Amino acid sequence: MLAMNFRGPFRVRADRNMPEPRIEHPEDAIVKVLRSCICGSDLHLYHGLVPDTRTGSTFGHEFIGEVVEVGPSVQKLKVGDRVMVPFNIACGKCAFCKQELYGNCHESNPMATAVGGIFGYSHTAGGFQGGQAEYARVPYADVGPTVIPDWMDPDDAVLLTDVVPTGYQAAEMAGIQKGDTVVVFGAGPIGIMAAKCAWLFGAGRVIIIDELEYRLEFAAKYAQCEAYNFHSIGDPVVFIKTQTDSLGADVCIDAVGCEAKGNMMNTLLGMKLLLQGGSTTALHWAINSVKKSGIVSIVGVYGPIDALVPIGNVVNKGITIRANQAAVKRNLPKLIEHVRNGILNPKEIITHRIPMEEVADAYHIFSRKLDGCIKTVLIPPTA
Amino acid sequence: MLTDETKPADFKKSEAADYSHIKGWGIDADPENDPVYPMKNRNNAEHEGYAWKRPAQQNDNVEILKSVERPNLTAVFGTASPPEGLNGKLRRFAFKYSESSYGRWLPLVLADRVGEVEGIIDDLKKGHVPNIFAERGWGSEWKHNRTNFLLKVAAVAAVAVVAVSVLSSNKENGDNDDGL
Ligand SMILES: [Zn+2]
Ligand SMILES: [Zn+2]
Repeated sequence: MLAMNFRGPFRVRADRNMPEPRIEHPEDAIVKVLRSCICGSDLHLYHGLVPDTRTGSTFGHEFIGEVVEVGPSVQKLKVGDRVMVPFNIACGKCAFCKQELYGNCHESNPMATAVGGIFGYSHTAGGFQGGQAEYARVPYADVGPTVIPDWMDPDDAVLLTDVVPTGYQAAEMAGIQKGDTVVVFGAGPIGIMAAKCAWLFGAGRVIIIDELEYRLEFAAKYAQCEAYNFHSIGDPVVFIKTQTDSLGADVCIDAVGCEAKGNMMNTLLGMKLLLQGGSTTALHWAINSVKKSGIVSIVGVYGPIDALVPIGNVVNKGITIRANQAAVKRNLPKLIEHVRNGILNPKEIITHRIPMEEVADAYHIFSRKLDGCIKTVLIPPTA
Repeated sequence: MLTDETKPADFKKSEAADYSHIKGWGIDADPENDPVYPMKNRNNAEHEGYAWKRPAQQNDNVEILKSVERPNLTAVFGTASPPEGLNGKLRRFAFKYSESSYGRWLPLVLADRVGEVEGIIDDLKKGHVPNIFAERGWGSEWKHNRTNFLLKVAAVAAVAVVAVSVLSSNKENGDNDDGL
C-alpha cells in the first residue's frame, strides 16, 4: 500500500511498497484512512529530535477512517463504520484508563513506561505505524475509535483526534477562572485552539505569542485574542508583566514544546546537540510570566531527556505545573457537542490539502512554514 | 537586552471587557477546577498494583525491546521496524538502561543516525537509489520559496566544487540546513 516512509531527518517518501497492516491482536481493527493530518509534533520526529525514530517508520497520529476489518474480540465497532481515531492507544482496562487517563495507558507501550502508545510516534511511543497511509492497524478498537456522527464534516472529525482535544485540555488543565488573563505561547494549531478554548472557560483576556506574523494574524482572528510577535515586544516576560500591572498572567500555556525559538543556548543544547529534551524557551517564559501561585499548563512535546527549566522560580512563586498528553476520548463527547453547536469550527484552521503521494513536499512546506501553512491534511488516493 | 528597561507608566491593568461576541464564552467555566480536578477521575485503582484484568496478550513474533521498568510486554505493541543491523545493536544496548538514564537515550539518538545511513545502504542493495531531492521536499521550496531554493542550490554547487577540488576530502557531512 501507499504510506509515508521515514528515511532519516528531513527525508520522507511516499512509498507504494509499504506492507499492509494486519490484525495482530484480537481487539485490533484495520481502518482505511480517509484523512490524515501532519501534526506540529510530527515535525519533532521529522527533524530527528525524538530518540528511537527508526528508518521505515510511518508517522501520523491524527486520522479518521473506515473500518474494513475487525479482530475476533471487537464488539462495538463494525466493518463500514467511519471513525475518528484518538491519537493515544488505550486499553480501557488498566488503572490509568479506568481513571480516564487515556494518554497514560499501561498496556500499550512496552518500550517506555513514561508514555502510552501513540500511533506513528516512534518506538519510544510503542513502535506503531501511523495513519499517514492508506490503511492503519488500530489496537483496542472498542476503546478509542469513535463513530463520526452523520452531520459532521470529515475535516472537523480529523481535527477531533488531537488538535481540538489537546488545545481544549491545555485550557482545562490551566484551571482558568472567570476573568483570568491567559497567555498562550505558540500560535500553531494547538496554541490557536487553546486560545480559542480559553474563552469557553471564561478567560477575561487571551494573549498569544509567536514569531510568525501570518500565524499571529490568523490566531487573532480565529481565536479572537490579542497576538504579539516576540521579536517586537522586547523580553516577552517583561512584556507580560507590563500587561498585568506587574503581577503576571493568571495562567500560561506552553503550546510549543521542544523546538522553541528565541534563546540561543536552549536551541543549541536542545535542538542542535540533543543534550537536553528539547529547547525549553517557551516553558521558561511561561514559568517566568505567570503570577505567583499561577498555573502553567504544558501540552508542548518534549523529549525524554532532562531539560533546563527555572525550577527555583517554580518553588519561589508557588506555581502549579499541570501537563499531560490529552486524554482525547474523555473530552470527545463534549467537543463533538461544541462542534455541533458551532462554538468550535476546527476545520477553519486547515490551510493545505495535499495528496498523500506528495507527502515529502507536505512535510517540507509545514517544516519550513512556507505558503502560509498552518494545518495540513493528507488525502490518500483511495479516500 | 536593553528593551528590558521599564518605567512605572508601562504597567497597566487589564480593562473589564465585553465578551458577547465570543460564542460559548464561559460555557465550560468551573470554579472547582483549581488545581487538581478534573484531570483524573480518581478511584485509586493503582493502589491495587499491576493487578487489573489484562487484555489478551499480543504474540511477540518479532523482537520487541522492552523497558526495564516493567515486568512484561504490554498487551499490545507496534511491530514496525524491529531492531536490525548496527543500529539495532545500539538499540539493544540502550534498552539495558532505564528510562531515567542517559545510557538509554543517547545511544538511541546515535542509533537513529546510524539507521539513516543503513537505510540508504539498504535502499541501494534493493536497487533503489533514493531521490534525496524529492525526499527532502525541495520541489516545494522551488515553488514557494524560490530565492532560498536558488541560494541553496548555489551553496550546494559551491561545496561540490570545493569538495571535488580538494581530492583528499572525506564523505560529505549530513546536512541539517532545514533546521532553523
Ligand atoms: Zn498531533
Ligand atoms: Zn490502559
